[in-house]
Amino acid sequence: MSTAPQATPTIVLVGHGMVGQHFLEALAERGLTATHRVVVLCEEPRPAYDRVQLTSYFSGRSPEDLSVTDPRFIEEHGIELRVGDPAESVDREARAVTARSGLVVGYDVLVLATGSSPFVPPVPGRDAEGCFVYRTVEDLLAIEEYAKKATTGAVVGGGLLGLEAAGALDGLGLTSHIVEFAPRLMPVQVDEGGGAALLRTIEDRGLTVHTGVGTQEIVTGADGSVTGMRLSDGSELATDLVVFSAGVRPRDQLARDCGLTVGERGGIAVDEQCRTVADPRVFAIGECALAADGRVYGLVAPGYEQAQTAAAVIAADAAEGAGGAGLPAFTGADLSTKLKLLGVDVASFGDAHGTTDGCLDVVYSDSRAGLYKKLVVGGDGILLGGILVGDAEAYGTLRAFTGSVPPVPPESLVLPAGAGAPAQLGPSALPDGAVVCSCHNVTKGAVRGAVAEHGCTTVPEVKKCTKAGTGCGSCVKVLDRLVTAELEASGVEVDRGLCGCFAQSRGELYEIVRALRVTSHRDLLDRHGREDARGGDGCEVCKPTVGSIIASLAPVIGASGHVLDGEQAALQDTNDHFLANLQRNGSYSVVPRVPGGEIAPEKLIVLGEIARDFGLYTKITGGQRIDMFGARVEQLPVIWARLVDAGFESGHAYGKSLRTVKSCVGRTWCRYGVQDSVRMAIDLELRYRGLRSPHKLKSAVSGCARECAEARSKDFGVIATSHGWNLYVGGNGGATPRHADLLAQDLSDAELVRLVDRFLMFYIRTADRLERTSTWLERIPGGLDHVRDVVVHDSLGICDELEAQMRAHVSHYRDEWAETLDDPEKLARFVSFVNAPGTPDPVVGFVPERDQMKPDLPLLSIGMRPAQPEEAALERNARR
Amino acid sequence: MTLALETTDTGLKVRIRLADGTWFAVCDLSALLPGRGVAALLPDGRQAAVFTDRTGGLYAVDNRDPFTGAAVLSRGLTGTRAGRPFVASPLLKQRFDLETGRCLDDDAVRLRTYQVEAA
Ligand code: SRM
Ligand SMILES: Cc1cc2nc3c(=O)[nH]c(=O)nc-3n(C[C@H](O)[C@H](O)[C@H](O)COP(=O)(O)OP(=O)(O)OC[C@H]3O[C@@H](n4cnc5c(N)ncnc54)[C@H](O)[C@@H]3O)c2cc1C
Ligand code: SF4
Ligand code: FES
Repeated sequence: MSTAPQATPTIVLVGHGMVGQHFLEALAERGLTATHRVVVLCEEPRPAYDRVQLTSYFSGRSPEDLSVTDPRFIEEHGIELRVGDPAESVDREARAVTARSGLVVGYDVLVLATGSSPFVPPVPGRDAEGCFVYRTVEDLLAIEEYAKKATTGAVVGGGLLGLEAAGALDGLGLTSHIVEFAPRLMPVQVDEGGGAALLRTIEDRGLTVHTGVGTQEIVTGADGSVTGMRLSDGSELATDLVVFSAGVRPRDQLARDCGLTVGERGGIAVDEQCRTVADPRVFAIGECALAADGRVYGLVAPGYEQAQTAAAVIAADAAEGAGGAGLPAFTGADLSTKLKLLGVDVASFGDAHGTTDGCLDVVYSDSRAGLYKKLVVGGDGILLGGILVGDAEAYGTLRAFTGSVPPVPPESLVLPAGAGAPAQLGPSALPDGAVVCSCHNVTKGAVRGAVAEHGCTTVPEVKKCTKAGTGCGSCVKVLDRLVTAELEASGVEVDRGLCGCFAQSRGELYEIVRALRVTSHRDLLDRHGREDARGGDGCEVCKPTVGSIIASLAPVIGASGHVLDGEQAALQDTNDHFLANLQRNGSYSVVPRVPGGEIAPEKLIVLGEIARDFGLYTKITGGQRIDMFGARVEQLPVIWARLVDAGFESGHAYGKSLRTVKSCVGRTWCRYGVQDSVRMAIDLELRYRGLRSPHKLKSAVSGCARECAEARSKDFGVIATSHGWNLYVGGNGGATPRHADLLAQDLSDAELVRLVDRFLMFYIRTADRLERTSTWLERIPGGLDHVRDVVVHDSLGICDELEAQMRAHVSHYRDEWAETLDDPEKLARFVSFVNAPGTPDPVVGFVPERDQMKPDLPLLSIGMRPAQPEEAALERNARR
Repeated sequence: MTLALETTDTGLKVRIRLADGTWFAVCDLSALLPGRGVAALLPDGRQAAVFTDRTGGLYAVDNRDPFTGAAVLSRGLTGTRAGRPFVASPLLKQRFDLETGRCLDDDAVRLRTYQVEAA
């Protein structure tokens, strides 16, 4: 080989999209970033992001959330990433690339990963204001902005991306149309039957579909912006906004300009090693490449495979100085896809259209229910491919079985649950070579290896180790089952037990308590506890957990509703036991409920008087209410008697239960508000007050998208729209902040409440101990989509039950403090000393600070242990 | 300060043995709930946390949490671990063996324990 232009050989990557980033990772894995200088020219204003999940921007993921580029990765590997600096020309003789900034970089190896650009049919008016494409974050930002002044939108193209774009327009509140030239939707992926099922469901969602017509002209108004479009059947469609989604074209201009070979219909021609046929120093990967099998792949998985191939070939070149036999090769890829389009599951895999000689179809179709499932089976019984519309649950398993004879008859795989006996094809039936994750080409064998050899014991660990499940995410369900099965098979005790006393998880205990109506911890322990824990007293983990489960289910299982009744009292953490929060010096805080943060002056005065009379330290909390600190245990009933008299109730600041529903001032006063957020916050707070849950629950309601109530940091957050309410779930402040995800949009009051009812009850039923909704949502298989299926689409058929449970909670709610004050037996516990009921605990002392008082703890601070705490304190008391 | 004991109950009294060897009655046995402690003020100003468990076993340890100095151990949750009774501090959750006073989470820490009986 000729001498290199620089001391360190240089690899230049043009294009930092998903495939480009994957290529960089493949280089790093092979150690090439250590031996080579790597320069990346990135056209977009941000490093590579997840284009596949682009649409999730509209359901609340920020551009940063979408990023697939870890800045630490770039830095650690010394990669020179030039964001916003595209390549403008390539001089293959001089082996140099010129970037827009004027930078000229010499290369030893050049890799083109320029992706593709949306195809805009050459119709008159296509450049008018209001015309968009759907490919980049910038496109989405522009559409979102323009949609603010639009009411109707139309998408040209009813393929995969077109439907996604139409879903986005619908989500932005536009009346949406889809115009497709072919006679059915998604002509590439699904057949006629599938198209019909899809059409039905999409029309049910209120979108209008025009198939078999082309777009002839974009009609514009006086100001030059879009007002409509003329269709090939002569009709005109009024619309304010048009999104072109009529396919993509490989971005091969750079390659053409420097004389590389391109295909007849575009695409940079490469061989099986992803090397351009014209120049061995230049590679092309991803959507810009015309692969050796004559195809341009528009999916991310084949692109990843090409990236791996190119990196392996470059590594082999670097090692040998020349390529030899046995080089990795990209010989074609599977076009399987699974998508959720407009809420409909659509999957196609293998030979979906049945082009293999002698193949037969097995079809189940119910267009009323929007279901269509087809399997293509070879004469020898081999599963060749299939199409699933409406229910793609079996996709992961079926795809993995493609190319082999499934162990059960094919018809049993497509029948819906309930019709005959649908076969439960577990992943254990899969052969080792079956590809479980097609995004990263991970086989079942590799997943098993991760468990058996690399010691992975959880799905997140396996994801990290194999990358499986980190692409489109469609394989995570199968992955989860596989990992569990593998762990169990390898004899690893998968201890999902709650604690040393129970082998069950919190969710399992919930089901036991509910089904068998167990109303005491002791019974549960003796009958269902671990062998050696039976007959014992349980522990500090299971007691409050079981206490909370029994409290959540009290109306359903016939247990007492009060947390201080009978055995329940002994299960509660000290905070619940004294219906107040224990402070570091042994005193308590008092937090009355202030629903929605709205409080009348009269009540404020009462709080002020009480705090003054008892010398309590007062502070406005982060939850829009007032906390009064420093009450001794024997003062709690007296303080609460006055509070209850003035119309206050327990704020449950001590419980794993609903805390606050914060509100902004909303439409009533705020010039921007579009709904009455205060009223809604109060309604929600009163509805869910006292609801015992696996962890605390917080909520907020904002009167408009400015979000002054910070609803998206809450377990369930509500943001007003001009049509109603958007419901977000799974938000969290605290140690691991997480923005809530959009669950449903434009809900009426009643719809909102019904959905929150279901969501909360489903969470209470299935979450682990001390698992906030945020972690729960991230943990449960299927994540947000699964939760939406369950609570919005009632996929488990349990919504009636969830709603009934919430109704029972609402109708059984009583204020815990009012009830306690009415019960002398419960009140008897509020003493410092059993043998000296009138005597306050002398250890609780206070000193002044900033006009109020604070605990007197001169000797102790948390985490540090004094030598002789007891003696020192005794001495201190003696001095008083 | 009076350490008056309610005398209406004719049943058994819980008594703690003090340093001088005398027995000091703190409450009626019926005042104790399994799994839930009470605090008693002792003549020398110290405090004891007194517990009973399902089997009727009685335990008394110093009421002060050595990690924070607050007199709160009587308000902790009790449990059984490997057949032995313990109480978890309600503040920072360290656990203490109720019979020996040993802290299960920190070998260097031990609570004073008292002999206790129902009579
Ligand atoms: C009083 C208050 C701070 C204040 O002065 O403003 C407070 C005080 C406490 N917080 Fe908080 N949090 C308070 C608002 C918040 C907020 C802000 C909010 O709610 O808008 C957050 C972040 C939002 C969130 O929860 O997602 C917050 C995140 C936490 C966390 C971390 C939770 C997490 O998931 O990471 C804890 C620890 C826990 O619960 O395990 C915590 C725990 C606590 C505890 C209960 C600690 C304890 O066990 O003793 C504190 C008890 C206070 C007491 O004795 O009364 N507090 N805490 C606020 C009471 C609000 C109210 O009116 O009820
Ligand atoms: C909305 C949407 C949904 C999708 N859904 C799926 C799906 O569910 N499953 C699936 O498999 N695929 C899906 N795809 C397709 C998938 O995103 C692409 O296959 C994948 O992104 C291709 O990666 P790439 O790196 O080849 O191209 P790209 O991601 O397009 O990256 C190419 C990058 O190169 C840059 N570039 C171009 N020219 C230059 C230059 N001269 N200098 C510097 N930089 C340049 C571009 O700006 C771009 O950032 C979807 C695509 C979209 C738009
Ligand atoms: S969220 Fe909107 S309505 Fe509420 S206070 Fe802020 S700007 Fe006003
Ligand atoms: S199949 Fe896409 S992440 Fe596994």
